[in-house]
Formats: sequence, C-alpha cells, structure tokens
Amino acid sequence: MAAMLDIKDINVYYGAIHAIKGISLTVNEGEIVTLIGANGAGKSTTLRTVSGLLTPKEGEIKFLGETISGLPAQDIVRAGISQVPEGRRIFANMTVMENLELGAYIRTDKEGIEKDYQMVFERFPRLAERKEQQAGTLSGGEQQMLAMGRALMSRPKLLLLDEPSMGLAPLLIREIFNIIVDINKAGTTVLLVEQNANMALSIANRAYVLETGRITLSGDAKELAASEDVRKAYLGG
Amino acid sequence: MDFGSHLIQQLINGISLGSVYALIALGYTMVYGIIKLINFAHGDIYMVGAYVGFFAITVAHMGIFPALIVSMVVTGLLGMVVERLAYKPLRHAPRISVLITAIGVSFFLEYGSMYFVSPTPRTFPRVFETEGLTIAGFTVNGQQLLIFAITLVLMVLLTYIVQYTKIGKAMRAVSFDTETAQLMGIDANRVISVTFGIGSALAAAGGVLVGVYYNSIDPLMGIMPGLKAFVAAVLGGIGIIPGAMAGGLILGIIEALVSGFISSTFRDAAAFAILILVLLFKPSGLFGKNTQEKV
Ligand SMILES: Nc1ncnc2c1ncn2[C@@H]1O[C@H](COP(=O)(O)OP(=O)(O)OP(=O)(O)O)[C@@H](O)[C@H]1O
Ligand SMILES: [Mg+2]
Repeated sequence: MAAMLDIKDINVYYGAIHAIKGISLTVNEGEIVTLIGANGAGKSTTLRTVSGLLTPKEGEIKFLGETISGLPAQDIVRAGISQVPEGRRIFANMTVMENLELGAYIRTDKEGIEKDYQMVFERFPRLAERKEQQAGTLSGGEQQMLAMGRALMSRPKLLLLDEPSMGLAPLLIREIFNIIVDINKAGTTVLLVEQNANMALSIANRAYVLETGRITLSGDAKELAASEDVRKAYLGG
Repeated sequence: MDFGSHLIQQLINGISLGSVYALIALGYTMVYGIIKLINFAHGDIYMVGAYVGFFAITVAHMGIFPALIVSMVVTGLLGMVVERLAYKPLRHAPRISVLITAIGVSFFLEYGSMYFVSPTPRTFPRVFETEGLTIAGFTVNGQQLLIFAITLVLMVLLTYIVQYTKIGKAMRAVSFDTETAQLMGIDANRVISVTFGIGSALAAAGGVLVGVYYNSIDPLMGIMPGLKAFVAAVLGGIGIIPGAMAGGLILGIIEALVSGFISSTFRDAAAFAILILVLLFKPSGLFGKNTQEKV
C-alpha cells in the first residue's frame, strides 16, 4: 500500500540558510506519526513545506499519489491537508465562530458545515460556551482548542499539528493529547510535531527524530521511546 | 448670519467634503491593512473615476446613477489591473521598492491621462439639479444631499461586505495574518486583488461626486484629495475601516471650519498640521491600539 503522505528527499532553504537537508518521511493512512526534535531542528519548516507555505528546492512531496510540492497553499488545503500552526495563530480580532467559519472556507455544503460545528463543540465544549467571544481573549488552552477545531472544519484527511502542547499546563496537555487520539480514531490521519517527546511517543504509531535538518532516527514509537539514544537526548535520561 | 447658523452651515459643507475624503481614505486603509502598502497612486485612481463618470455622462448620455455605477466598475477593474501589473510582482520585494513603484504608477496615471484626455480642466455637466433642502434657515443643496446619500449607502454596503460575507471575512483574515489565512484555503492573491477593486471603486464614487459638486475635473485633481485622504486614514488609524470613515469626516469638518472662521488659505495647512500632530502624539490614530508595529 502506498503511503498517504510521501516526502521524498526534500531540501528547503530560507534564502541562503539550508534548513531541511534531504529528509524523507512517510505517513500511512490511519496512523499517528510524530516528528520530534530540539529547537531549530526544522520541524515547523517541514510542516510548512507540506502545507505549501514553503517550496522545496529539491525533492518531492506526494499526497494520495499526487504531487503536491509546488502547489499554492490553498490547493493543498483543498487536497485534504490541514495544519494547526505553531503558536496557534488564531484570528484574535474575530469571534470564535468566525474562526471556525474561516476553517470551513473551502467548503460549500451548508448542512455538513453545520454538523461539523456541532462536532467541534462536542469535542471542545469550552468553545461552545464562547461562540461570540473575541478569540484573542481566550486562554492559551482554549486558543489551542480553537486552532484544532478550526483545522478540523475543513474535514482534513491528514491533520498536521505543530507543538500543540506548547505553553500549556500538564493536565491540559493530557486533555489535548486525548483529543488527538480521539480525532485519529474518528478517521483522521495525524502528523504531530512535538518537543514533548514523552507524550508524543506515547500516542504515536511511528516516529522520526529530526536534528539540524536531518532525520537521525526513525521507527516504531514504542521502540524509540525505549531506545537509549532517544532517552538521553529527548526524554531527560 | 449669526455665529450659530454660520457654524451649522460650515458643518454641512464639512460633512460633504469629508464624505469624499472618507470614500478615498477607505481605499488607502484597506490596501494598507492587507499588504502594508501606502498606495500613493490612489488619488489618481479617484481622478480616473471622475473622468470615467464624465465620459459616461457626456458621451454615453447616462444619468448620474448609471454613470456612477459604470465608473465604479471600470475604475475598480483598473485598480485590479494596476495591482496585478505593478504590485503583485513585488510581493516579496522590500517595502520601499513597492512604495517607489506606487509613485511611478501615480505619475503614469496623471500624465497618461493628460495625454489621452488633455490637461485642460473639463466642466462636469450639471446632472443633478434637484432642489436643496432648507431646514430652519440652513441650506443643504442638492449635490450635498447626493453626496450624503451615496456615501451612506456605500459605507453601509462596505461594512456589510467586510463583516458578514465570505470574501469580507477572508479580507479580514488575510489582513490579520496572511499565512494562516492561506492555511484556511484562502487564495490571498485573489483577496488582495478584490481589495484593490473595492477600494478603487469607492474612490471612483468619490471622484464622480466631486465632479458633480465642484463641476470641474482635471488630470491632477487627485493629488491634493489623495494626500488629504491619506491624512484622514492616518487620523482614523491606518488599516482600520471605521477609522477611515471617521477620519475623513473629521478632516472635512475641520477644513470647513478653518475656511469659514479663519481663512480658506489655511485649509490645507490645517490638514497637514493634523497629520503632524497625529504622528507625534498618537501614531496609531484615533481608532488604533497603541501597539508597536514590527517593521
Ligand atoms: N523565516 C525564517 N528565515 C530564516 N531562517 C529561518 C526562518 N524560519 C526558520 N528558520 C531557521 O530554520 C531552522 C529550522 O527552524 P524551524 O522553525 O523549522 O525549527 P523547529 O524545529 O520548528 O524549532 P522549534 O521547536 O523551536 O519550533 C532554524 O535554524 C531557524 O533559524
Ligand atoms: Mg517549530
């Protein structure tokens, strides 16, 4: 079976800075795959390249058999890839509801959209109580939930999550990770970027370790979590 | 006439003039909001709008309302073409290059117009000869009523589009955070193009209304109102739509009061003094939050 997302040997630059140095990575349908690594390793750059905000100078990205590298970002969303960006990036000057409406921007099926608002509000009851609140006044955890709800509104086949645990209290991180597992069980494939390697490895099927633009380790998440190298570098011993 | 009635008469004049400033200022502020460009060619777009209206009336023998709509459509399309040809190729260029290009576009429109329609001022036909209103001794003439009505309708329409329609929400999203808007599947280039279209159409309406009000148009007529509208946009808070509306009206009223009570020679000085004061004491404008902008 061909992989759902197939990243083949891509190189990504910011001007003269060579940020991604020939990485290859696959995500199969139904999986949770995590990409872990230290600050500046190139995790966000990888996700931004998949989403079409950056274009690889060399290499190719395929999604469901079609080449998507080089397509503009809006076409990649339409192909079925949605991203929850690092730092949440909600539209702070708009209401919770308007943020969700923008998440459904590519859709025209009114009834389906209504249903999905309900799905999001069931998954994140705290958002349901705050529909008309300015998104910028939400707490950090609520903003993360809004960013996830917004991304789900496009009905993605593949959900990219960039450090959803960032800046959240441990209890809330656990809640967010439970929701990620639920979303995956409901049929959405997940590519999860994390610095919180412990948590990420605990819910993922497979994992890749990124170091300064190169993948240095990959494999089964449980095995990586047990491996000496990973424990030393990312799991605090 | 006693002081009170003189004051009210000047306020009426000021609101008429201010409405036109507001219509032009909206285009400045919307374009700035979305691509952080001070579009110095915007005053000339307003001039083109006045000419399109002029020819629609004189050559095509249209009435004022059809001429207004034709002018808004044609000039709106011109704004989109200018964006596509002059600004879009510079999307990732330093801001100063885009600014210089805008000044180039401005000269191009001014002197291109001189070539095609001659530099001599044209007399705008008297197409709107309704009786004014006289309420308790104050006259609001027919042209002023027309300006109030059209401006009001356009502002309500614009507010509706920006607040409640899909394209309006996309405009707000792109203007707040272009990259994240793209992650929602929004085609930022299309939204930018539509923004230029709407802003240019509003300026065109201002151009036609000024033609009706002052009866005279010429290829350089956009320079001063363009600058004034820029002041109005900064006064209200550049990038903020209600700010441009309020800034235009306030500026028009101040100018009318200065002309009426001091001397009309100080009118322009007053406008630019306001710009200096705003930049010194509240650079974010009346409606702006005092945040440091990262440049
Ligand atoms: N806009 C940019 N311009 C230039 N260099 C950049 C830019 N964005 C990222 N980089 C560089 O690319 C490299 C990878 O950055 P990236 O943001 O992908 O790291 P990351 O793994 O997501 O880190 P973090 O965990 O801190 O979010 C870093 O060296 C960074 O300095
Ligand atoms: Mg990152």
